[in-house]
Amino acid sequence: MAAAAERVLGKATSRTGEHLLGIVTFVALGVSAVLSLVVAPPDAVQGEVQRIMYVHVPAAWLAYLSFFVVFIASIAYLKTKKTRWDRVAAASAEIGVLFTSLAIVLGMLWGKPVWGTWWTWDPRLTTTAVLLLIYVAYLAIRRITDNPSRRARWAAVIGIVGFIDVPIVHLSVVWWRSLHQGPTVFRLGGPEIEGTMLLALLVAVAAFTIAYAYLMTLRLRVGRLEERAAREALSPLVGAER
Amino acid sequence: MTLAHQATLIARKDLLIEVRGRHAVGTLVPFAATVLVSFGFAFGPGRDLLERVAPGLLWMAVLFSAVMASRRAYQTESEDGALEGLLLAPIDKAAVFLGKAFAVTVELLALVVVVLLLVIVLFDLSVANPFLLLAAFVLGAIGLAAVGSLFGVVAESARTREAIFPLLVLPLVAPVLIAGVRATDLAAAGRSSEVLSWLGLLAAFDVVFLSVGVLVFGYLLED
Repeated sequence: MAAAAERVLGKATSRTGEHLLGIVTFVALGVSAVLSLVVAPPDAVQGEVQRIMYVHVPAAWLAYLSFFVVFIASIAYLKTKKTRWDRVAAASAEIGVLFTSLAIVLGMLWGKPVWGTWWTWDPRLTTTAVLLLIYVAYLAIRRITDNPSRRARWAAVIGIVGFIDVPIVHLSVVWWRSLHQGPTVFRLGGPEIEGTMLLALLVAVAAFTIAYAYLMTLRLRVGRLEERAAREALSPLVGAER
Repeated sequence: MTLAHQATLIARKDLLIEVRGRHAVGTLVPFAATVLVSFGFAFGPGRDLLERVAPGLLWMAVLFSAVMASRRAYQTESEDGALEGLLLAPIDKAAVFLGKAFAVTVELLALVVVVLLLVIVLFDLSVANPFLLLAAFVLGAIGLAAVGSLFGVVAESARTREAIFPLLVLPLVAPVLIAGVRATDLAAAGRSSEVLSWLGLLAAFDVVFLSVGVLVFGYLLED
């Protein structure tokens, strides 16, 4: 009984931190929404549609942050073989795929009115699309094997190789484009950005980063529970007093 | 026994199996030819368009064949517990990777000869600088074989979900496809000086994936 009480208590304290982080996340996203929708002025050229930047750029930042975390966690897993690192990599990859898709879709919604097209083979767009495909494959690999240790090792290798591939993909696409040069590539926000716009953007990036931390804690807890459920299902001690 | 020696032994074994089993001749070459003819149907019969897309079609055929060849390299190991035997052998696991990559490279290059002839005949590809073209194919084949041999072992163990392997390999080798097609295009047009930077990119890809493969391949096998 004491052990059970301790478990419940331990769970309660960990959930407190999680709830706190959740509140901070929603406040930060709220502040960011006010700053980017009300405080920041509309773009001189593009008008209101430019406000997509305040979600598009943070989403793209989270995409790259998530996959960097997958890369680090994958190396850590192969070095230490601690399942915790595998859970971190899995959680971060899922969040990364979510935000990469979001960044691409938001970019398309922004591109249509501004560039007149949903898609252009711009280096950053193309690299992000390839990145999405690599990590979709990563998640697919994670689903195919019942052997947790093998799944973790395979995933870790792909998490490392996939991330190393990104700069090479980017370089090849940059060169590829320079030979096929179409219209001049539009630069986000231009070389100069107005003060409140920059502030709104920085706050949005910070708010999204906090949201990433919150989603990670949620996903990691689900990962721990999944693992425990699998362990208890396999254990002959189900229902027995421990 | 050095790593290079061990890798050579693995490669020799694989190539011997291929020569005796004639899998490449019986399956890969007809497959590549069918792909090319299908491209002809898709983009033909106008000669202008076919000529323009010929380098891309060529590399697409090589890319698909590389996927099949890499999977094949591990299929032979799944029979009669051959992979376990290979793992128990007193050799470095990296040698298995390098040997497989070497064997697949050789197979791909043999295939490229046939594919190239077909593309020249079917799509009127003219080659102004064959040496640069050869360099592009050697470097490209090494890159494709490196990625294919690294993850072929995953494909073999995940046989029930066949689509996983190409899903993983195709985005990873995007730089090889881009650089290979550009290099072929430029070599065909005789713009030799511009080919070199693409060859450099292919070489960089090869070095990165061969070294990463040597470092991580063991982790894929550790069961």
